[in-house]
Order: sequence, then structure tokens, then C-alpha cells
Amino acid sequence: MATFLGINLFGLFGQLLVGLINGSFYALLSLGLAIIFGLLKIINFAQGAMYMLGAFAAWLALQYMGINYWAALVVVPLAVGFVGVLMERFLIRPIANEDHLYSLLLTFGLALMVQGFFTHLYGSSGQSYSIPEALRGGTKLPFMYLPDYRAWIIIASVVVCGLTWWMIEKTKLGAYLRAGTENPQLMQAFGINVPLIVTLTFGFGVGLAGLAGVMAAPIYSVSPDMGSNLLIVVFAIVVIGGMGSIGGAILTGLGMGVIEGLTKYFYPEASNTVIFLVMVIVLLLKPAGLFGKEA
Amino acid sequence: MKINKLYLALLLLALVAPFFLYPVFLAKLLCFALFACAFNLMLGYVGLLSFGHAAFLGTGGYVTGWLMMNSGLTPELAILLGTVSAGALGAIYGKLSVKREGIYFAMVTLALSQLVFFIYLQAPFTGGEDGMQGIPRGNLFGLIDLSDNLNMYYFVLAIFLFGFWLVHRTIHSPFGQVLKAIRENEPRATSLGYNVNDYKWVAFTISAALAGLAGSTKTLVFQLASLTDVHWHMSGEVVLMTLVGGVGTIFGPVVGAGVIVTMQNYLSGGELGNYIHIIMGFIFVLCVLAFRSGIVGELQKVWKRNFG
Repeated sequence: MATFLGINLFGLFGQLLVGLINGSFYALLSLGLAIIFGLLKIINFAQGAMYMLGAFAAWLALQYMGINYWAALVVVPLAVGFVGVLMERFLIRPIANEDHLYSLLLTFGLALMVQGFFTHLYGSSGQSYSIPEALRGGTKLPFMYLPDYRAWIIIASVVVCGLTWWMIEKTKLGAYLRAGTENPQLMQAFGINVPLIVTLTFGFGVGLAGLAGVMAAPIYSVSPDMGSNLLIVVFAIVVIGGMGSIGGAILTGLGMGVIEGLTKYFYPEASNTVIFLVMVIVLLLKPAGLFGKEA
Repeated sequence: MKINKLYLALLLLALVAPFFLYPVFLAKLLCFALFACAFNLMLGYVGLLSFGHAAFLGTGGYVTGWLMMNSGLTPELAILLGTVSAGALGAIYGKLSVKREGIYFAMVTLALSQLVFFIYLQAPFTGGEDGMQGIPRGNLFGLIDLSDNLNMYYFVLAIFLFGFWLVHRTIHSPFGQVLKAIRENEPRATSLGYNVNDYKWVAFTISAALAGLAGSTKTLVFQLASLTDVHWHMSGEVVLMTLVGGVGTIFGPVVGAGVIVTMQNYLSGGELGNYIHIIMGFIFVLCVLAFRSGIVGELQKVWKRNFG
């Protein structure tokens, strides 16, 4: 067994890998939350439910329609994103001028409904989704065995996060988006259809959660409460990173995953709580969050 | 004068109710009503949505349960210590969470309560997934046997009235006026020289202690303390109770707790039991979209329009 300074490297790298994978999902979800927050100034409490919906949609598509993983990777996020579009247009927009706490409560109610619906249909035990054929192998690295599917998750999520960042920070569409965040009235005056942008942004943010759900289906069990447990951790991550920047949301997500993985190796008892403890420390030292602008 | 008559009539109703309805059910209702009143102190009068009040309910419950099983203290002391523990936790959490506002406040309190959930899940004294069962109710002041449901009910009623009175006093005190000023216009309250965060912190601590009082009492009523009370679902339920009843009204949380607890009791027995979360989610959505003032709020509007 390979050890270094008394540390079991196999175990350590194994947990780091798990941490990076969890971090990938944290990053995708908090990125979605940050995008939505940027334009709408609301927190989508149903983000976890949409992630669960994505996983279930992938499972159902394979089970009943023979749609394989790769097709699901494209179709499901679009479908979940469309659910988001409907949600924004018909439920959130009517109360857009009320206190933002109401939209939080609205999305919480929707999350309860979606989760309750799937619990009712499929029970609370998980369904399994097999790893796609092409990614079943693995690579032997000096200190660990790296299954292909896990490598794929990390690479795919980094690419998706990177592309999203690039789109928002560097393209014209992103410029509209950022301008809309800054001053929606002025944007409207320049002849840009702000309500449409808002709806599409919400759909995109929700779609990201759907994508994360599809990617999670083969490695986590597909169960109705998979989203709500994850979402609370993601909330803590959002508080840690602050929602001021897109890049910050991505980095904090990945970083917290790694910290969680390390904790699992060095002090497993605290692995459930470490992210919340980091949040406490950040609140004490830098209340606005690591990348936050507002107090 | 009119209000005093209303209070008297309600008190009379509460006193005779156990002769018509099952006392344990009524005691449960009062516990949740107190919990919702405590929560409403934050949301209704400071304008801060706490999504983690289950942590205080559960802490009160676990501490009281543990003391009743292991210490030989009388119930009123166990409840007192449960309340103090919840208040202490609230003081710590309050210090942390009042640093952020609005949506962030909700997320911070939710995350902190999840931290408490995991600690109780792993801590040896809580009994983990099984919780604490068969907690003795004991003798009140060493004299009155609480295993009698009727005695228990009147004890719970006394506790509820105390809690309700305390919330009422807080809201109508100069301190409460400052809280409302903060809710309406925080920068102005700051510019008038009030240390806004300190006020929020004190209100949060009171609210947490009262939630702990509700949890302590509930543990005694059901002789059970479990993870359900610390779960985020519970934090959501109290939000729903307050929303249904009417945010920022004195009686709203009581009415809301009554509606939701009755509904849950009714549903869990029948065929619709499986749909309970779907139904609760639906009520959330409905309230937010069409019914933001809640039952009591709407009634007040009607009253003002016709008689005011």
C-alpha cells in the first residue's frame, strides 16, 4: 500500500476524487442559482427539485422510451429548462413586484410538490441507472484507479461551467444579461425584450440543474429526496461564495467539494457538517462571502 | 373593550375544549401554535424569514427529553432548561445570521439548522434515527400527575398563554416598535441611532427560546423527541402555518397552526395521507399567489372595509 508520511494515498486520492465529483455538482447547482439570482434577485428553492427531476427524467426516458444517456444529456436539460420557463412565466412573474421572500416561498412550495409527487409514484427508495457503455472502463494512475465515468463528470462539469462563464462574461448575449442585472429599465428603453431575457435566463439556470441531474443519475441513486439534501449544502456554498460573481460560484462549489472530500479522509465524523462550519467561519470573518460585493 | 371580550371568549373556549375534543390533539395544536407565534415574531415583525426554526424546536425537545429520562428533574424545570438551551443556541445563531439580510438570511438559517440536524443525527444522546422514546411526563412541581391527559392539556394551555402573552408584550413594547421600524425602513432606523443588528439579534433570541419552549412542551405531550422536529420539513411547516394564518398578525399563526395541524391529522388517517406533501406544497403556492395576507389578514381587511 502506498503511503506518504503515514497517509494512505489510495484512500486520500479516492476521497479527493469523490470530493471533486461532489464539487462538480455543487458548482453546477450554485452556478444555476447565481445566474437566476443575478437577473431576478430571487433564490430558486426548487433548484434541488429540478436536479431530481433531471435524474428521474433520464431514468424514465431510458426505462420507457429507450432514450440513452447521451441523448438524455441533451433532451432532459432542455425539457427541465422548459419547465423552468413555464414556472417563471406563469408563477413567478405575477409576483415579481412583491417582496422577494414570496418567490422563495413559492419555489419552496413547488419543490415540495414535485418531491411529494415523485415520492408518491416511486417511493423514497432509489432507482438505479447504469453507467453508459462507453464510460464503463477506467484508468490506472500511479496512486489510484480512476473510473472513466467519474473523470467524465469532472471534465464535463468544468467545461459546462467554463462555457457558461465565457458566455456571460465575454459574449454580447452575456453583456445584455449583465446590463439587465445592472438596470433593467434602461435595457428595456434600448429596445431589448427584458422579460424574455429574464424568462430564458431562469430556464437556463434551471436547465443546468437538470443537466446535473442527468449526470448524477448513474452514480447516485435516483431518489425523490436527492435534490433537497444537496440543495441545502449548495445554499451554504452560495453563502460562502456570495452570489456577486459567476466565477466565484463555480470556484466555491468545486473548492467546497474538495474540502468535504479531505474531511471524509481525515475526520469522517465531520464530513456532513464541514461545509456548514466553513459557512460559520466565513460569516464571522467576511460576512459578504468570499466573492460577495454586498453586505 | 371589544378586543378584551374576544380574548375572554377564546380563553373560555380553550378551557372547555378538552371536554369535546381529544386533549392530546389540542395540546399538539397549542404547541404548534406557540411555535408559529415564535416564528412570526421574526417574519411578521422584523421582516426576516428564518428557514431554520426547527433547530430550536428540536433542541428544546431533546434537552427536555434527556433531562426527563436521566436527571429526575420535575417537568417544569426540564422545560425551563430546554427553553434556555434553545435560547442560547438562538443567541449564537442569531449573531451569525443577522449579518446577512433577506434571502441570504433564509439560506443562512436553513444551513445552520441542517448543521444542528447532522449533529443530532450523530450525537450519542439523541438516539439517532430512533430518537428518544417513552419519555416520562413526570409530576408537575412534584405534585400534579401529568400522565393524565387533561392535566397535561391545562399545563400546555398555561404555557401557551404565557408564550402568547410574551409575544404580545414584545410586539407592543417600545422594543417592538423599533422592530417594526426596522421592518419598514431599516436605513432610517439606523440613521435614528438604533443598532439594527442588536435589535434583530435580541428578537431572534426571544423567538428561538419560545420555539424551544414549544418543542420542550411538545416532547412532554408526545413523550417523544425525534429527528422529525429538527428536519427542514419542520422549518417549512411553520412557515406555512404562519403564511396560511396571516404573517404579522397576532392571531394568524394560531389560526394557521390550527388549520395545518387539523389538516395533517385528518389526512394522515385517510387515503390522502400519501399526498400530504403535495397538498402542503400546493397550499404554499396558492397562498403566495392569491392569498398573501392569510386567513386572519383577509378577515381584518373585510372587517375594516365594512365596519372600520
